[in-house]
Amino acid sequence: MSTQSASARETTEGTVYTVTGGDWDEVVETAARADDERIVVNMGPQHPSTHGVLRLILEIDGETVTEARCGIGYLHTGIEKNLEYRTWTQGTTFVTRMDYLTSFFNETAYCLGVEKLLGIEDQVPDRASVIRVLLMELNRLSSHLVCIATGGMELGATTIMIYGFRDRELILDIYELITGLRMNHAYIRPGGLAQDLPPGAVDRIREFVKKMKKNLPEYDKLATGNPIFKARMQDVGYLDLAGCMALGATGPILRSTGLPHDLRKAQPYCGYETYDFEVPTADSCDAYGRFLIRLEEMRQSLRIVEQCLDRLEPGPVMVADKKIAWPAQLALGPDGLGNSLDHIKKIMGTSMEALIHHFKLVTEGFRVPPGQAYAAVESPKGELGAHVVSDGGTRPYRVHFRDPSFTNLQAMAAMCEGGQVADVIVAVASIDPVMGGVDR
Amino acid sequence: MSDANGNGTNPEKELSAENLPGQRGQGGEEIRVQRGMFGAAGGGDTSGYGGLVRSVRLPGPAARPYGGWFDEVADELEGALEEQDLLPDNAIEKTVVDRGELTFHIAREHLVRVAKTLRDDPALRFELCTGVSGVHYPNDKGRELHAVYHLRSITHNRLIRLEVSAPDSDPHIPSLFPVYPTNDWHERETYDFFGIVFDGHPALTRIMMPDDWQGFPQRKDYPLGGIPVEYKGAQIPAPDQRRSYS
Repeated sequence: MSTQSASARETTEGTVYTVTGGDWDEVVETAARADDERIVVNMGPQHPSTHGVLRLILEIDGETVTEARCGIGYLHTGIEKNLEYRTWTQGTTFVTRMDYLTSFFNETAYCLGVEKLLGIEDQVPDRASVIRVLLMELNRLSSHLVCIATGGMELGATTIMIYGFRDRELILDIYELITGLRMNHAYIRPGGLAQDLPPGAVDRIREFVKKMKKNLPEYDKLATGNPIFKARMQDVGYLDLAGCMALGATGPILRSTGLPHDLRKAQPYCGYETYDFEVPTADSCDAYGRFLIRLEEMRQSLRIVEQCLDRLEPGPVMVADKKIAWPAQLALGPDGLGNSLDHIKKIMGTSMEALIHHFKLVTEGFRVPPGQAYAAVESPKGELGAHVVSDGGTRPYRVHFRDPSFTNLQAMAAMCEGGQVADVIVAVASIDPVMGGVDR
Repeated sequence: MSDANGNGTNPEKELSAENLPGQRGQGGEEIRVQRGMFGAAGGGDTSGYGGLVRSVRLPGPAARPYGGWFDEVADELEGALEEQDLLPDNAIEKTVVDRGELTFHIAREHLVRVAKTLRDDPALRFELCTGVSGVHYPNDKGRELHAVYHLRSITHNRLIRLEVSAPDSDPHIPSLFPVYPTNDWHERETYDFFGIVFDGHPALTRIMMPDDWQGFPQRKDYPLGGIPVEYKGAQIPAPDQRRSYS
C-alpha cells in the first residue's frame, strides 16, 4: 500500500485531489470527510473498456453521473491531410485505416465519391459492384461481432467475447484469402477493385455462411433471454428519436427508436436496391434494442452475402477506361502479391507505349475534373459520408469523412448523464465507437 | 454568371465531353491560375512542358430549370425566405447543380435563418445535418475559407449541400449549433483544422489537435511534414517534397 497521499491543490472550484493509483484509501478517507460528494473521474484514454483511446471525463455524485464529457483526438493521424499529397488511387490505402473495423465501407465511400467526380458510376462493372456488396456485408458481420463481443466482455461476459472473436476470425480468413490482408485492405479502388476474387473464394464463403448460420443462434441463446444481460442493457443508454435527429445519430442507434432509416434502402448504391433484405428496428431506444438490431442485421447480412454469391457472373472488375484503370496485373509470387512477371515482361520487352502508359498512370495518376461530390454508405455504425473535392489535378484537393462514430459519440453525454457509473460502459458500448474513425 | 458549357446541368443530362476524365471545361468559375509543367491543355506543346498556364475552374451557377426535385426545393426555399421578408437573392448567392447534386451558396449572415427554414418548413424538412467540412482556396480572394454542410431530409429522401465562404482576414461564420446540435463537434473540428470561427458555438475549442497547438493544419499553406526515408539505397523524399503533377 502506498504511503503517499493524493496530491491536493486549491482551485476556484474547490479542492482538487489528483489520484494516480495506489492511494485509494486516502482518497476515500478524504472524500468521507468532505461534505461535497462530487468527484471527477477520468476514464481513459487507456481504460480497457473505452474502446481504444477514448477519454471520458465523468463528474459523479455518489454512483450517479451528473456530467459526462468525451476527450478525443488521441488517435488523430491526419489521414485527410495525407490524402492531399497522394494520387487518387493511393487514397484507398489511407482511408481503409480510418475505422479499421469497417475498412471496406471506408474504401467504398471514398471510391464512390471519386467515381461520382469522374462521372463513371455507370461504368463500374457489375461484378465489381457485387463483390463490393459481398465484402461490405461480410464486413458488417465482422464489425457487429466485435461490437457484441467487446460489449459483452465489458459486462463481464467472457464467453460471448470468445464466441464473437472466434467467428470474426473466420471472416478475417476470408479477407486474407481475397485481399491478401486481414485488415487495411485497400482492395476497393476508384473504378472497381484491385483484382478479381481468387480461385476457391466462393466455395470458402459458402462454407462460412453455412457455419455462421449455425453459430449465430448461439448469441441469441447466450444473451437475448439472459436475465443478467437484460438487466444491464434494458433502459440504459436511452436516446429517443428527437435526440437522435438533433445529435445526428444514425445507424443502430437511430433504428433502435423505431425509424427504419437505412441508406441501403433510402439512397441505394452499388445496386443495393436489387437485393432482398429487411431493415430491423426496435422501439426501446436503449442498449438492448441496439443489441437486438445488430443481431438481426447479421442475419440479414448473411442473406445478402448468399444473394451476392448466386449472382456473381464472370466479367471485368475494373472500368474499361484505360486512362483510369490501374494498369498492373497482380499475381501471387514467392514474396507475396505483386505485379505479374508476365505483365512486366510484356511492357518492358514488347511495348514501349504500354510501358509509358503504365509509368504515367502509376507515378502521375489520373486527373479528376474539378468539382465536389458527396457519397454516403450505410456503415455498421451509421451514415459514413465522403465529401470529395477536386481541382482537376491528380491528387484530391480535399477529402472529408463524416464518420458515424465521431457523430454518434456526441450522444454519449445525453445517454449517460443522470445514470449510474456502471451504465456508462454499457451506453458507450452500444454506440460502438471506433477511435480510428472518430479521430481519423 | 450563367454556365453555357454544361458544368452546371440537370442531373438527368448526360456528361458532356469536357466532363470526361483528363479534360477540363472552360465554363465555371476560376479559383486559381496554375503555372508549371503539368496539366495544361489546349496549347500546341504536347510535351506538357514550357511553363504552361491552366486555370482551375469549379462548376459555376446553373440556370433554371435545375431538373428533378431540385426546382421544387429551390422554389420552396425561396418562397419560405420571402415569407420571412428576406430577399432570396440576398441570402442565396448562387445555386450550383453539378454531378446530380444541388448546392446553395449562402451568404454567411443569413446562414442560420436559411438552415432553420430548411429544417422547419414542412415542404423542405431537412432534419438531419451530416456535419460541416472545410475547404481552403487560398487564391480565391475574399472567399478563401469555405464551410460545406450536407443536409439530409429523411422525410422526403433528399440531400442538399450548403456552402458558405468567409475571407481569410475575417474567418467568421455563424454557428449552426442552435439549429443542428450535431454540429457541436463538427464545428470544433473545422475550427481546429481551418481556423474558421463559428460565432455562437458554446465552446469552440480544439478537438483533434492538442489544446496548445499553433496553426491550422488543414490549410493549404500548412505543410504536411515528414522526413526523407531510405529505401533500397535510395532516398525517398517526404511526401510533401515529392514531385507533384497536379
